[in-house]
Amino acid sequence: MSFWKKVAAITRKDALTELRTKEVVFTVLVFAILVIVIFNFAFGTTPEALALVGPGILWVTFAFSGVLSLNRAFISEREAGCLEGLMAAPMSREAVYVGKMLGSLISMLVVEVVALPIFALFFNLNVLSLALIVTTLLATIGFVAVGTLFSALAVNTRAREMVLPILFLPIVVPVIISAVKASGLALTGGSWGDMFQWLQIIIAFDVIFLVVSYLVFGYVIEE
Amino acid sequence: MNGSRASRVGLLVLTALLFVVALYMVFIFVPNIKNLRADRIFYFHVPVDWAAFLAYFVVFISSIAYLRSRDNKWDIVATSAVEIGIVFNTLMLVTGSIWARPNWGTWWNWEPRLTTALVLWVVYVGYLLVRGYASGRDQAARLSAVIGIVGFVDVPIVFLSTTWWQLQHPGHLVFETGGLAPSMLAALMVSLAAFTGLFFVLLVERVSLKNAEAELRMLMDSME
Repeated sequence: MSFWKKVAAITRKDALTELRTKEVVFTVLVFAILVIVIFNFAFGTTPEALALVGPGILWVTFAFSGVLSLNRAFISEREAGCLEGLMAAPMSREAVYVGKMLGSLISMLVVEVVALPIFALFFNLNVLSLALIVTTLLATIGFVAVGTLFSALAVNTRAREMVLPILFLPIVVPVIISAVKASGLALTGGSWGDMFQWLQIIIAFDVIFLVVSYLVFGYVIEE
Repeated sequence: MNGSRASRVGLLVLTALLFVVALYMVFIFVPNIKNLRADRIFYFHVPVDWAAFLAYFVVFISSIAYLRSRDNKWDIVATSAVEIGIVFNTLMLVTGSIWARPNWGTWWNWEPRLTTALVLWVVYVGYLLVRGYASGRDQAARLSAVIGIVGFVDVPIVFLSTTWWQLQHPGHLVFETGGLAPSMLAALMVSLAAFTGLFFVLLVERVSLKNAEAELRMLMDSME
């Protein structure tokens, strides 16, 4: 089998499990809505306040839901003893990384596709613009690039769920800053030129951390 | 890194001398700046920043070396450098805040270099936390090496994004308004050398302490 066929097999396995149980996507979606509701109480509901903190709420929601779903990506493998199976399978660790990363990307994108309209409805913001969709896609790739690596790292430690957010959140600071700025511009009808400044940071982050994570992933799931 | 006793003492003496010269230059040799308060902290703040970054760079290199060679000595160097780096990083945040209070009127603002320093601090504290949570020495070494690499690669991106996010740091003042007076530059250089020396003194001592601990553990295991 070629590299990409192996990758596709892992991603398909994750997608199938998720389709059967709908566990992660459904739970994370409920969590995302809860975060939106809590922020609504925390920041007030005046239109001015919402215009100001809207993009921030959106990205805090996505970052926290990301932690939740990325944690599951490897904990579920571990619970059923599947990790050993994956390790024993005749494929490189890199194929496992790319496959799991794409699986997490799909499930996060599904959550975001449902959460964005809910967000728009609650906050009366126009989220259905190409600019916002591009920003969300690029930032989510950055999240899963690092998140998959740290999720695999966390699952082998004694603290598991606690390790991922502690490592993941500081590393993705550049993505969160840039995504908040770019979405702010997208929501207020800023030009692509202005947005590009922020998008290029996210693109640089995506490329750098896809490569770095790809290279070091093998060391993380060694045992 | 275990260096002979003579060279360790030599390094220590040299560093101590550099500190004496640096103190003299900073407090007596360098003229006052009229419109800045607490300006002499600059000569400690900048070298402390440098020492922290140097420490994290050593972590980065030793982490790569560990993953390639699986030689425990690199893991010992990396963790020692993280511990020292966090100390300097904390000093960087503290001295910066002390300077900021009289000059900016606040202890903290979300200026890019401050934010980057804080993010770095959290990343490397996470490094030590993960070591605590790892099961077994080899796993701790492997996982923390990965964090040492990823954390360092993140530094320039964090810095770039926070810079575009907000700009306000005396760094621009120093380098865009004709730079430092020669006497000030000399004092800064001596202070930089002193703190670089201090970093290596601490690193060598910490590494040899960790080596002694490892040796002791081995001896105790063999006695059982």
